[in-house]
Amino acid sequence: MLAFILRRAIQAIGVMVVVGVVAFSMFRFAGDPVNQMVSIDTSAAERARIRDQLGLNDPVLVQFSRYFVNAAQFKFGTSYQFRQPVADLLAERLPATLELATCATMLAMVFGILLGVHSALRRDSLLAKVFQAISLVGISLPTFLIGILLIYLFAVVLGWLPSFGRGQVVRIGWWTTGLLTLSGLKALIMPSITLGLFQMTLIMRLVQAEMLEVLRTDYIRFARARGLTTRAIHFGHALRNTLVPVITVAGLQFGSVIAFSIITETVFQWPGMGLLFVQAVQNVDIPIMAAYLMMVSLIFVTINLLVDILYTVVDPRLRSTISRPA
Amino acid sequence: MSVRQTLLAAAIALSVGVAISPASGQVLRYANQGELKSLDPYTLKETTTIAHHAHVYEGLITRDKNLKVAPALAESWETLDPKHWRFHLRKNVKFHNGDPFTADDVIFSAQRVRATGSNFLSNVPADAKFVKVDDYTVDVMLDSPNPILISQWDGWFIMDKKWCEEHDAVAPTPASAATPSYASLHENGTGPFIIESHQPGVKTVFKVNPNWWGKPIHNLKEIDFTPIASDATRVAALLSGEVDVVEPVPIQDIQRVNGGGVATVMTGPELRTIFLGMDQTRDELLYSSVKGKNPFKDVHVREAFYRAIDIELIKNRVMRGLSTPSALMIAPPLFPLAKDFTRPKFDPDAAKKLLAEAGYPEGFEITLDCPNDRYVNDAAICQAVVGMLARIGVKVDLQAQPKAQFFAKVLKPGGFKTSFYLLGWTPATADSHNVLHDIMGCRDDPKDPTRGEANLGGYCNKELDALTDKILVEADTAKRDEMIKQAYELGIKDYGYIPLHQQALAWGVSKKVKLPQRADNQVLLYWATKQEE
Repeated sequence: MLAFILRRAIQAIGVMVVVGVVAFSMFRFAGDPVNQMVSIDTSAAERARIRDQLGLNDPVLVQFSRYFVNAAQFKFGTSYQFRQPVADLLAERLPATLELATCATMLAMVFGILLGVHSALRRDSLLAKVFQAISLVGISLPTFLIGILLIYLFAVVLGWLPSFGRGQVVRIGWWTTGLLTLSGLKALIMPSITLGLFQMTLIMRLVQAEMLEVLRTDYIRFARARGLTTRAIHFGHALRNTLVPVITVAGLQFGSVIAFSIITETVFQWPGMGLLFVQAVQNVDIPIMAAYLMMVSLIFVTINLLVDILYTVVDPRLRSTISRPA
Repeated sequence: MSVRQTLLAAAIALSVGVAISPASGQVLRYANQGELKSLDPYTLKETTTIAHHAHVYEGLITRDKNLKVAPALAESWETLDPKHWRFHLRKNVKFHNGDPFTADDVIFSAQRVRATGSNFLSNVPADAKFVKVDDYTVDVMLDSPNPILISQWDGWFIMDKKWCEEHDAVAPTPASAATPSYASLHENGTGPFIIESHQPGVKTVFKVNPNWWGKPIHNLKEIDFTPIASDATRVAALLSGEVDVVEPVPIQDIQRVNGGGVATVMTGPELRTIFLGMDQTRDELLYSSVKGKNPFKDVHVREAFYRAIDIELIKNRVMRGLSTPSALMIAPPLFPLAKDFTRPKFDPDAAKKLLAEAGYPEGFEITLDCPNDRYVNDAAICQAVVGMLARIGVKVDLQAQPKAQFFAKVLKPGGFKTSFYLLGWTPATADSHNVLHDIMGCRDDPKDPTRGEANLGGYCNKELDALTDKILVEADTAKRDEMIKQAYELGIKDYGYIPLHQQALAWGVSKKVKLPQRADNQVLLYWATKQEE
């Protein structure tokens, strides 16, 4: 098991290095950060001085090694636009993103599995057809459109939910949470739906397909023959075996939920890391972009590792393969 | 005293305290497209940022609703001779932390604003020497007369010397600071509002300053500022009543906002002039089908381009009526004689003839550089220009890019890499000299290296430069305006630039709020009143 984790960790470092190289080469095409830091009538001499100070005039190799040495120590310097350490800015925005991503994923898992099981067991019921239609919407409409439609309906027309922001947050140590206030919870509803809808439909369709597959297998037939209750067959045996691929997908999707919360956060002005990143790209704020990309790749790599470990919990067969050297 | 008595006393004190504290005043919620990035008033010279700072910091002078210079921390001033100004400071003014405001703070701020790392270097001339006469009198000595000395001082805010020294903020927060700067997260001004909390890029709360020296016009007790970058969300927040003021409203949403019944859109011409420029220096254009020569060196070609632009069509179709076509490179409110100028007539046939006379009867190909996220409908304007020039046979290849890439390419540090471009300019001094010097002045002047730094096409007329230098030192307003007029006439005769229009301001304001709109697009909420709820 330990060897397995170690092997995975080494692979993870490799991935991070590649991401770092790709990120650095991308920054060279993002534009000149100095333009975004000063007014347009700033003299060329002053601009040159700032470029020099930021080390943008050094040879590419020098810049690259400096960037890499710092990134390896998770030192990302000071944001060009806010003049604050990037680590502080990210730490301040992290709770918002994690809370949103967690809520969206929970939403997607709970509803996705419920709807999936239902439409697998009662394929021809009216409800199942309705779910199918919803899932089609979720999978085909772009996120920002769903967000704007929700805002228009629930904030502008009905006036039930806030159209932007996190509402009132409570500070617990360095963490801020919107889960403890009414306005915070209300503010969480629309962004979570927007962000989770795609994952929900994905999980729903996955569960449905897997479940249908499993219900056709021999051991389910034997279970029936043995006279087990339908409930025990469906939820004790069939659902459990359906969940292996679902965990994989949901786990990997959690990473992309964090990474792609960019759009949802922009639409709802959700003060998370995604919004920070979008603004950083517009303003060529390289320190923030670098830190964000490295962090997202770290999250992906970690989740992958966790999913691998979780497999072994769900599927005992894998446990024996891992402990035996291949 | 028993516990019970103590509690009772506390309860009484509390209830008395509640009764005394002024419960009146409204909370105004304001959303802008851009963020308030730093609280240090010398870090970024940008309209929105300066407007935010103007709620908490004050300059020696300010500008009123019509952009007229008005006294602020300086009660009055006089010019003893053209090179010697005297400022009488307001007494009994206190910074938010209680420190008194004196001449020392002015002299300190004059140093700080011109120190390395400040983005406001040009607001206070480098040759101006500040001398303390007494605690409430400051003299300014100049090397040469400067009638517009104070024209940019409304954006130069006075900071507290003692506070800056205490918090290691004597130097302006540089872009490359390795440690977080105290002054970029905290403020200590003299203004009508105090920043109670500031989360960069998330939310800023302004509380009214009960000890402000002036008499407030507003009826607010608090301003909550949130940046909302997404246009659709910002408009939705206004329509749902979650915010009271938004800036800007995208022009395609103006009708929807006005029709909603909750808010109205205040529109008016802005001071920024949008124009087209042409590379007139290179012997061969960088991006054109014409090889071996530069067609823009021929005034016929420049005139042809000018006459091919149907500015009314741009106004009606692209800008939906929300632009003011301009004959000058400066907005009319900033130049009293602007009414004497009219645009040369739109005439595509004449343009075609002009091109033929210049030797391009079949036209030619050229690349137009254009930002797509900087000005109102910037890329759409460029697209319209492409169509109009096609009618006279010029095939324009449009390169519309985000501002980050656009400015990196076309500005001086990028080597002026453009043949034909769209740009917008607001003279920071609110005066023509800035336009004549920065935009219309010759580049590479050995005596004045900053002349023409924003003249991306390198238009050059030495006669105009000579006039510009005289305009700088002329103290007689009427004479000065006449000289400015002459200079603009020279530029127009050369067809050095193609001015297009002043774009419109568009503020979404709740019907509960009354607010004056200043043409420089600074949203100043200390003039706002909100109906009680």
